[in-house]
Amino acid sequence: MAQRQSGDVILDLQKISLHFGGVKALTDISFDVREHEIRAIIGPNGAGKSSMLNVINGVYHPQEGTIVFRGKPRHEMDTYQAAKAGIARTFQNIALFKGMSVLDNIMTGRNLKIRSNFLLDAIYWGPAQREEIEHRRKVEEIIDFLEIQHIRKTPVGRLPYGFQKRVELGRALAAEPSILLLDEPMAGMNVEEKQDMCRFILDVNDQFGTTIVLIEHDMGVVMDISDRVVVLDYGKKIGDGTPDEIRNNQDVINAYLGVAH
Amino acid sequence: MFYREAGQFKATYAEDNQIFPIRQDRIGITLILLLAFLVIPLSASPYIFSAILIPFLIFSLAALGLNILTGYAGQLSLGTAAFMAVGAFASYNFMLRLEGIPVLLAFALSGCCAAAVGIVFGLPSLRIRGFYLAASTLATQFFIVWCLTKIGWFTNYSSSGVITAQQIVIFGYAFDTPAAKYLFVLSVVSIMALLAKNMVRSNTGRSWMAIRDMDMAAEVIGFRPMRTKLLAFAVSSFYCGVAGALYAYAYLGTVEPEGFSLEMSFRILFMVIIGGIGSILGSFLGSAFIVLLPTLLNVLFHFLETELHVELPSGISSSVELMVFGALIIFFLIVEPHGLARLWQIGKEKLRLWPFPH
Repeated sequence: MAQRQSGDVILDLQKISLHFGGVKALTDISFDVREHEIRAIIGPNGAGKSSMLNVINGVYHPQEGTIVFRGKPRHEMDTYQAAKAGIARTFQNIALFKGMSVLDNIMTGRNLKIRSNFLLDAIYWGPAQREEIEHRRKVEEIIDFLEIQHIRKTPVGRLPYGFQKRVELGRALAAEPSILLLDEPMAGMNVEEKQDMCRFILDVNDQFGTTIVLIEHDMGVVMDISDRVVVLDYGKKIGDGTPDEIRNNQDVINAYLGVAH
Repeated sequence: MFYREAGQFKATYAEDNQIFPIRQDRIGITLILLLAFLVIPLSASPYIFSAILIPFLIFSLAALGLNILTGYAGQLSLGTAAFMAVGAFASYNFMLRLEGIPVLLAFALSGCCAAAVGIVFGLPSLRIRGFYLAASTLATQFFIVWCLTKIGWFTNYSSSGVITAQQIVIFGYAFDTPAAKYLFVLSVVSIMALLAKNMVRSNTGRSWMAIRDMDMAAEVIGFRPMRTKLLAFAVSSFYCGVAGALYAYAYLGTVEPEGFSLEMSFRILFMVIIGGIGSILGSFLGSAFIVLLPTLLNVLFHFLETELHVELPSGISSSVELMVFGALIIFFLIVEPHGLARLWQIGKEKLRLWPFPH
């Protein structure tokens, strides 16, 4: 994989600690994300990877630490501010709106860009319709990009798993985020679906210049597509660097393979 | 064979976003509206207007209101009748105390009063959901009825607590015949149904459904749960409030607070369940079904008694009615949770292929 050009630090996490009662989910974790890179977070089960994403987009509020996003230090994010600032994400267990069509699901991703209110919506003809059409155009671009034209009117509950994952990516992309957080985008997929998903992730990164933070268990995928990798184990950071550095890091090997005592 | 959209191409997004994208549906709804606005007023009897059509339309509006809250935004409520009571008594007071206020303005303001009450009683929805929320909306039901009974000002100190609705007069024309009242109610309900449909097919509706389906994900993509839920409570209560005003002004004429009982709330909830949760059409189907069922049963038992000379205990019709309701609710909850509206949709899908097997 050719080294892509990465820019300045866009997101800097400093000494993040998060605990639920007595359970320490994250302890003193620091790492940064540069503009335009693909940053992977790996680690064994229960290492705190998803908690880390939840801290970044404000679902969890860390007890200690600072989150510097685009040069602005914050103690914690809140979900609305994070969305507004351009952080979008997908979930480990698909979190689509099951009763709605693919089109509507992806349209919800644009809600922060829609200025209409419920009164204009009720009247519909006029500003609301103009906005609907304008955003529909953008959503159709995403539908084309993800190659899901044929299912755009299908309720997402009826779709197979792989497509659901793709629609969820579409919903996140609809917000035109500057950072995209992907929580196990390839979990439970077969090889072809994984290849498709990798292609989409790389294309998003390439065409839209989106910075990507992803959690993934498939080491082949992680080592292939990411620029830098951070490794967590039991809520602590045990490695950080390029895929090659990680591959040769003794702590990481120990965490994954176990070590004789 | 006749119900097929082959050859109907959509060239613009505006066409694709229509309420009725299929031409046959557009023809159908036009015919229904023509029938409702022109043919029925000229042909139906006063009994049909005041015993069937007017209550059907009013309960459709109330069911539509509840459907916005429960079906679209996913917040279960048992306070529908209370919001209707607020609407009825608010419009009574507006008309009584503000000299010469236009009727439609009074109805709109009473809807706003109901919306305000809805927002207050919707506040618990921010912390609790499901059954617990339903139980807390019960408070609305008891509190509002109690208020209206105990505070004399609301009923203009009428000793029995009964209010007599003023006449509906618009631009000097008094809507006092059943047919005129019917047309008035029909116009209000049609316009409000159209507005509701517009809301649910645009961003407002998507925000409600997003909160209903997966509130966590909705929050992460930037919907604000508090605003969205309270908006659903407000809009829903507005619809119920206007329905309550119509109930007093165009249907009964005289109402008392106890008339808006818990039983009425349940009745409207049944309409939503049987008609179809999360469907505008379903609100109308459910209301038609529940308003018509007692009438049909009455006709049936009357026929049995007079024509076939079957000895039936008195009051059997109302008992059977309850049993049929109960059985139907269970049937729909198990077999078709999306109600009559979903059955209609399945029927339409089958009709597209008919008479060919596939």
